[in-house]
Order: sequence, then C-alpha cells, then structure tokens
Amino acid sequence: MSVTTFVIVSVIKTVIALFVLLTAVAYSVWLERKVVGHMQNRWGPSYVGPFGLLQPLADGAKFLLKEDLTPPHVYKPLYIAAPMLSVIFALTSIAVIPIGNWVDIFGLHIPLQITDLNIGLLIILGVTSMGVYGVALAGWSSNSKYSLLGGLRASAQMVSYEISLGLSLIGVLITAGSFSLRTIVESQQGRFWGIIPRWNIFHGQEVAFFIYLTSAYAETNRIPFDLPEAETELVAGYHTEYSAMKFAMFFMAEYANMITVGCLATLLFLGGWNGPLFGPPLLQAILPVFWFVAKVFAFLFLYIWVRGTLPRFRYDQLMAFGWKFLFPLAIANLVITALVVALRS
Amino acid sequence: MLHLVLFSVFGAICVAGAVNLLVQRHPINSALSLIAVMASLAVEYLLLGAEFVAAVQVIIYAGAIMVLFVFVIMLLNAGEEERVGGSRVAIVFGIPGMLVGSVLTAWVLLRYSGTSGVELGAMPGPPKTIGWLLFHDFLLPFEVTSILILIAIMGAVVLASREEIPAPGERGEV
Repeated sequence: MSVTTFVIVSVIKTVIALFVLLTAVAYSVWLERKVVGHMQNRWGPSYVGPFGLLQPLADGAKFLLKEDLTPPHVYKPLYIAAPMLSVIFALTSIAVIPIGNWVDIFGLHIPLQITDLNIGLLIILGVTSMGVYGVALAGWSSNSKYSLLGGLRASAQMVSYEISLGLSLIGVLITAGSFSLRTIVESQQGRFWGIIPRWNIFHGQEVAFFIYLTSAYAETNRIPFDLPEAETELVAGYHTEYSAMKFAMFFMAEYANMITVGCLATLLFLGGWNGPLFGPPLLQAILPVFWFVAKVFAFLFLYIWVRGTLPRFRYDQLMAFGWKFLFPLAIANLVITALVVALRS
Repeated sequence: MLHLVLFSVFGAICVAGAVNLLVQRHPINSALSLIAVMASLAVEYLLLGAEFVAAVQVIIYAGAIMVLFVFVIMLLNAGEEERVGGSRVAIVFGIPGMLVGSVLTAWVLLRYSGTSGVELGAMPGPPKTIGWLLFHDFLLPFEVTSILILIAIMGAVVLASREEIPAPGERGEV
C-alpha cells in the first residue's frame, strides 16, 4: 500500500489502540475493586451506575477537579516529569502487541498490530526497563524521606526482577526461533493429539510461566511485592507527595503495565489469539480477538485474585527471593530448554 | 533523504545532551542528559540497520546502567557543584590543543576508511546474525569479556563488604 495509506491506517490503529487501552485501564480498576470487594464479602462499587460501572467516570472527574497541590520543597522539573515518564513508557508497549490475525477492509490487508517489528519482544523489554525511571525520579524529586525510600526500594525491586523476567522469556524465544511477537503466536497453533492446545505453557515452558508470573507481579509492584507502596510502611511510597492528576497518572501507569504484562503472557505462553474458530467468515475474523481478550482478562483476574489473597513480602525476603531463587531457576530453565531444542534439531 | 534528516536530528540531540552533561551543575541533570545521549545513540544504531544493538543499548545501557548511576546520585545525596573561575592556562593551551587533536583524529579516520558514508544496513542486523558472529567468529573475546565482568563484580563485592578493623586499644560502645 502507498505511504499515505500506510500513515493513515497507522494513525487510526494508534488512536483506537490508545482509546481501548485507556478504557481498559479505567475498567480494570473497577474490576479490581469489585473482585477484591467480593472476596472480602462486601459489594465494591455499586452506587454509581448499574453494578458501579460508571465508577471510573466518577473517579476521572474527581481526579480532574481535585486541587493539584505542588509542595514547595520538591525539585520541580523532575517532579512534574516523573508521572509523565511513567505513563509514556507504560502506554508505549501497546505498539508492538498483536491482538489478532488480519482484517480485510476496503481492499486493504491490515494486520491487527500497530507495527510488526522483528525485535518486538526486545522493544517491550526495553520499554519496561525505562519505566523504572518514573518511579526512581518521582521518589527522589519529592524531597521527602518516605518518597525517597519508597522510590529506591521500588526501583531496586524492579531492576532485580527484570532479570528473571527477561530470562524466563528466552526459553520461549528458543522454542519459537524469533523475537517477532506474531511469529511466536503463530508457532503455537494446532493441538497435541487433537485436545491439548500447543500453547507454550503446555509445550515445556511451565516453569518459565511460573517465573514470568512471579516476576511480573514484582515488576508491576503488586501484592505480594508491593512493599514500595504499602501504606503501613511508607505512607504511600514514591507517590506520597503527588495529588490529583499526577497521582492518577501513576495509577494509570501501574494498571497499564499490568495489562501489558498480561498481553505479553497471553502472546508468549497462552497461545495469543489461537482458539477454536467456528461460524460464518465474519465471526471467524472477530473470534481471534475475542480469544485474546478472554485470555488477558483471565490473567488480570489472576492478578487481582492474588492481590486479594496473599500477604506482602518483607523487603529482604523479596530481594532474596528474586536473586537467590528465581534467577538461578530462570537460568536452569534456559539451559534445559536450550539443551532440549539443540538435541531435538 | 529521510535517513539524512533523522541522522542529523538525533545526532544533534546526542551532541546537545553531551554538552548539557558537562554544563549542568546538578549531577542528576547530567545523568538525565546522559540518558538522552544513550537513547539517541540507539536511534543512530537503528538508522544503520543494527536493530538488535539498538534495542540492547536501550535495555542495558539506558535501562539498567543509567538506573544504577541515578541510584548512586540519589543515595549519596549529591548536591549542586560549585562554580569555580575558569583557568586561563586551560583556555590558552586547551582550545588549540583540542582543535589540533580533532583535526588529527578526523584525518587518520578518513584516511583509513575513506570519505564515503556508511550505507544503511552495513551493520549486522538480525539477532540471528549477531548470535552467529558472537558464538563463532568472536567466541574467545566473548568468553574473556565475561571473565572480565566477573572480576569487576568480585572487586565490587570485596570493596563493599570490607569491614572496619578497630584499632588496637579501642573498644566498641558498652
């Protein structure tokens, strides 16, 4: 297709993806409050709209109208830039995530992905690594002891668990043979013996999935690894001194990271958009997207379920777990996977 | 054409970041300028066609090493630097020396590699090619580099864990 067509299609895809992602972020907050509420034998949001479905709207209005207080003792340039950095890096990785196969509209053959880079997975890892800066700079620029400690702890934790996160993904890379996310999903088509799908989680990467799951919880600072933002420990950690919209940006960044991590797990371990296809051609074009969304939803539900259930790790337990258990386990997984693939070919 | 434009823009950002690194007084601003330099270098690698190197530059250099730089600045609570007056000796000998040095360097490099530019895609791009090179042609340097890094880690651990031995006659607090 010509350059102008490509640019227009890309812009439309980007706008749709951003809109969908931001709505998903807002409604994953709703989902979390509802699910955790029901786990704790209470209702969760139920006043604002049916089942509390308009609660995110009310929250958005609250954040916009709240007084945006900038304490006088902060280092202003970084104080204002840090939440922006967090949100920018959290929203960038949606650019390489494919949600389905192809769509044929108006004679154009459009892949359901903003861009299919042949190093797509590395881009996501790179963006995740850069996301540490939002947290570290927020903690430092707030010029307060709780923020500094929370920021340091959070960034040390994120850097430590990035290692096992990356290593757990390499097993998948070796079996699939490519960094491109579309290729990795396409290598998981088909089934074993007609019943069990050929997803990587059943295809030898069970341990890698466990490592990925745990590292993902630590990367996104969620329970059981949320000591950096624990109210009883550090007031609110690195976002203590932030109010209104800036706090909302950190909040959005956290949930957007959760969704990104869920999408990545779906693509790499749960088979992406592969699922049973049936019905008329129009349905067959939409079903892959439906399967993808269902799997991401299941992963998010697992996230929220764990949040409602487990207590949090102490910081030294957290670091010891990351370095002394997950990291050697990830390396062992890598060695064994490489050995199996080398012996098989 | 677009290649040239992108190269100039990101080269300018790179140089501006490097100059800003020297000019800023607060170390955290210098560290952030260095991150900008790393990121624009990654784009330059991308323009040469080395996409794996560009991605790894962002992940390792800008995303891990610079984070540790920023940690150290945050932990040491490094404040703003003092401004001292310029040294006249430095200006008298430094500026001509710098000019001569850069002309000499440019002359040697251009004589060695010619004045044609680097073409797009001159560098090994796909990770497969780089993996092949790393484990076949450059296996020995690869392994030796890993031992070098191990030595650096051991040195850091020894330095960080050295406990103070109390002088004879001194006791701890009762």
